[in-house]
Amino acid sequence: MTYLPTPEHEELRAVVRELADERIAPRAPEIDQKAEFPWDLKELLARQDLLGTCFEERHGGTNLDSIGQSIVVEEIARADATTSLIPIVQKLGALPILLAGNDEQKDRYFPRLASGEWLIAFGLTEAAAGSDVASNRMRATRDGDHYVLDGSKRFITHGSVADVLTVFALTDPGAGGRKGMSAFIVEAGTPGFAAPRVEHKMGIRGSPTAELTFDDVRVPVENRLGEEGDGFKIAMATLDRSRLGIAAQAVGIAQGALDAAVAYAADRQQFGQRVVDFQGIQWMLADMASQLEAARQLTYAAAARVDAAASDLPYWTSSAKLVAGDTAMKVTTDAVQVLGGYGYITEYPVERMMRDAKITQLYEGTQQIQRLVIARQLLRRAGIGARPRERRETGA
Amino acid sequence: MKIVVCIKQVPATGADKRYTDDLRLDRAGVEGIINPLDEYAIEQALRLQDAGIVDTVSYLSMGPEQASEALRRALAMGGDDATLITDPGLAGADEWTTSKVLATALDRLAPDVALMGMASDDARGSLVPGAVAAMRNVPLLSYGAELTVSDGEARVRRLSATGYDWIAAPLPVVATVTDQVGEPRYASLKGIMAAKRKPLEAWSLTDLSLSLADLRGGALTTVTDVRPPEAKPPTERVENLSAAEAAARIADWLVARKLI
Repeated sequence: MTYLPTPEHEELRAVVRELADERIAPRAPEIDQKAEFPWDLKELLARQDLLGTCFEERHGGTNLDSIGQSIVVEEIARADATTSLIPIVQKLGALPILLAGNDEQKDRYFPRLASGEWLIAFGLTEAAAGSDVASNRMRATRDGDHYVLDGSKRFITHGSVADVLTVFALTDPGAGGRKGMSAFIVEAGTPGFAAPRVEHKMGIRGSPTAELTFDDVRVPVENRLGEEGDGFKIAMATLDRSRLGIAAQAVGIAQGALDAAVAYAADRQQFGQRVVDFQGIQWMLADMASQLEAARQLTYAAAARVDAAASDLPYWTSSAKLVAGDTAMKVTTDAVQVLGGYGYITEYPVERMMRDAKITQLYEGTQQIQRLVIARQLLRRAGIGARPRERRETGA
Repeated sequence: MKIVVCIKQVPATGADKRYTDDLRLDRAGVEGIINPLDEYAIEQALRLQDAGIVDTVSYLSMGPEQASEALRRALAMGGDDATLITDPGLAGADEWTTSKVLATALDRLAPDVALMGMASDDARGSLVPGAVAAMRNVPLLSYGAELTVSDGEARVRRLSATGYDWIAAPLPVVATVTDQVGEPRYASLKGIMAAKRKPLEAWSLTDLSLSLADLRGGALTTVTDVRPPEAKPPTERVENLSAAEAAARIADWLVARKLI
């Protein structure tokens, strides 16, 4: 068992941190304030090969291991959570193809995704189907060598800026979402596809969360991922792995807040001494640091299980996302407390980080859904079956 | 066409600088970076390579073994290969020794242009480029805002009091560039991965056929003292007063010191 970061991981962290400190952090307040997608930083990340970390070298990617991918996300999120979603969603959207795509599909889309020329999004959630993925309604009707997609999606991260999406729709409505759903690759330029609206959000405000409409969108049969009816399985397998990215994002947000709190406390003078010299502040900082480190190590432990294709990887990735999301919320809240009134105003970054942290407790499965996944794995280990109601699989 | 960029590893900007008992910079445990002013020389060389004007970009450094990290980082930005001159006899080398060693190595590498930053961030002697040019008996083109190379000639555009001067010299030359070159590129992930496979050779003084006698013991000069700047007296602050009261207080302070 090796337990220390490799020199390659350390170097990767140093390189991404330098880039994030110098080029991403200075943009973060404006991205938040204007709620604008940072196209300039998307180009920067593409140029530095940081959008291709999950793709193989033959497709132009850098094929980092999952700990390396987590480090990239973490260091970007430490500077700006919105920008960290660019590599996170590039992987989330591509995971259905990575898991269920054939070589022709991979060869067609991966080079443009690995280079960052194209962005991809993951279209699963619907207005009435959030945690309860199986209640999806969107239809895909076979018509010759095409499927015709009709319906709408909601809360789709990057849905309005993506060039291509992986989309889930019912090919057999009678069989329900669990058995009757299929996955498709849909290019955003296809007639009938639109992203008419983006949400106004509390945090990650530069990352567009879009409503999508599909009005007789004709998708070639060769764009179906796997077989008809594989959709639910592909969606769950995707989320089991993509949650790791959210855990890494949460760790990064928390690290950014802790670093800001330490820097402020070392500079701020009250009662004739530095705030950081008060033991009460030191204890807060120590709690923030140790909890953050626990979340980070759990994230890396989960990352190693993803690479090892461990049979219980959902247990690990859900645990990492649960712990890291809650830690990000707690550490950012405490960082605001350390800064006092200054923490509450936009002159300092911690109020933004606190708003950004909240989403990590909500998306890619709420914290409550993570607990269901963890409990199901726990019962399976103990040889105890869950009752049917609790066994219902849940996701987005 | 071949450029050798000479780079120096220095302590990270803002790092806590400590000294050994014999007043040398203590590099143990201090994060090292490429001298920031050398990054402009790297950027200039890589731009010429990107434009197809230069075929080979090599790096040369003199320093302890850990300076190979700086060379790897340079190779991650681009370029082809690197050489580190490292030898226990070179600890405490001054500008004269450094220049002598670099000049000897450059004679062997035989570049068309030996390119350097305008100064180093730590020692700030700024003597090495000129000394290397003199020792190699080649022209020096210094403080370039831009370097161009063509038809057996190198030219630098140098910022002057009235605009720019263009200065040319026949190859081979030693040249230095300034931050006017433009922002150095960041190493890309693929660049970092590729750098691990690029050749990095280490040369000792023996490899260069140099002896400590040739180097007159390693240094002509001696650092006799190292001190932090004098502490400034505490700042008096005038705050939490109305503008009129604050102005009166400041005026009284100036009058008391016969400054107004």
